[in-house]
Amino acid sequence: METTRKILVLDDDADWLEVCREQLAQLPSKPEVRTASTGTRAVAQLDAEPFRLLICDLRMPRMDGLQVLTIVRRRFPELRTVVLTGLEDEEFRSRAYILGVDLFWLKTDMQRDVKLFLDCLESLLGDETPHGFRGVQNKSLIDIIQLECLSRNSTVLRVTRGPLVAKLWIQNGELIDAEVGGARGEPALRKILAWRAGAFENLPAEPKRERTIVKSVNALLLESAQAIDEVTEPTQTDFVERADHQKNVWKLSLLAAEGAEFVVVVPPDKGKIESWSTFQGERLASWARQASETARRLGERLGAGPLSHVAGAGSERRLLLLSGDDKTRSFLVGWPTEVGEGHLLEKTKKLSASWDS
Amino acid sequence: MGFLKKLFGGRAAVQQLPSGTVTINQRGEVVSATVSSAYPEPLLREIGRAVLQLFQEAREAQMPLAEVSLHYGSLRVTARELRGGAIIFLFPQTALMPAPN
Repeated sequence: METTRKILVLDDDADWLEVCREQLAQLPSKPEVRTASTGTRAVAQLDAEPFRLLICDLRMPRMDGLQVLTIVRRRFPELRTVVLTGLEDEEFRSRAYILGVDLFWLKTDMQRDVKLFLDCLESLLGDETPHGFRGVQNKSLIDIIQLECLSRNSTVLRVTRGPLVAKLWIQNGELIDAEVGGARGEPALRKILAWRAGAFENLPAEPKRERTIVKSVNALLLESAQAIDEVTEPTQTDFVERADHQKNVWKLSLLAAEGAEFVVVVPPDKGKIESWSTFQGERLASWARQASETARRLGERLGAGPLSHVAGAGSERRLLLLSGDDKTRSFLVGWPTEVGEGHLLEKTKKLSASWDS
Repeated sequence: MGFLKKLFGGRAAVQQLPSGTVTINQRGEVVSATVSSAYPEPLLREIGRAVLQLFQEAREAQMPLAEVSLHYGSLRVTARELRGGAIIFLFPQTALMPAPN
């Protein structure tokens, strides 16, 4: 399939789409540029024909950029993705990279240095290697292994640190073997996990690899993290930052593994709303509060017993709200319409139960 | 005879759960219903108003819904939005029924 010279630009601003079209026309490879003004249309276009590159805005009504990227990563793993946004927020930058985008550019930076931006795009368009390496920036090796295992992947992680080369074999989400400098199994894994920096790449899985590691990944990672902590004696701030970071990676991995589009956690009081993979957290939380209140009041009038949950279905997604009360949080999850109604409650409860673990 | 009625004020105040289908217009008024006529109409109107409110709130949150289900311990209320109102299905949940989704 000819995908090399096709770019899809997604942005809700028609003027900006026109600017992009003009700029991208200057690329030496003369790509075919298509545009879409909503996430739904973009996904439909990607379904209809192959593209090489998606340039995506983040803040958009209804389906925002992070939701589009979540869907795209799952359905079109070969597609190169670039975020081009006006949002100057490091949190969104790191979330986008966790979702596997190739580039994150601010619109202001793009206008300031168009040539550099176009060079980057040209490089992405030109790289046709079907089994290219896709890295995750600023993640520890422990994070990467957890991501692979939580996603139930089968792969070989090749990790390099200067002249040192190590390999980790992951089969169906289980770490089965490790090798570095003549060592194999758990001793090799401990050595590799002690590396503080390096590069990694995913190689094709080797299902016939002999298993030398039998302990669970979590147990091994925990042991290793404890050993590293003892050596490095982190400060309190380091510890809190690391814990927060691990928690964020864990939650995003859970969301991706379960196939949910977004999660909004609404505390019972006026506490901080937690929203994942959506920019509309406040709005969704407000709906969750109103819906809970309306449903609870009606239940009391009818004598229908306690409110278990509220389910909703629209043209773009399904929603399930595990309604809290004065003391417990509400948990709102958006699911793609492909998820069967019969599985919604079970899947949402599972996600909710795992959320703070 | 009949002194017990005088003492205890007639029938016990146990409210039955509604079962059947209700169609409401966009003002929340009941257009047609298959719910028992013994069931108080003001309560049916309350159900209608609550359902319309849920659809309205979802629209305001830019998340329009075509269907909404409220799952209670002993009742499931499922509503589908129609152009001029909504159709509401009321399913009492009994021990003989499978667990609600």
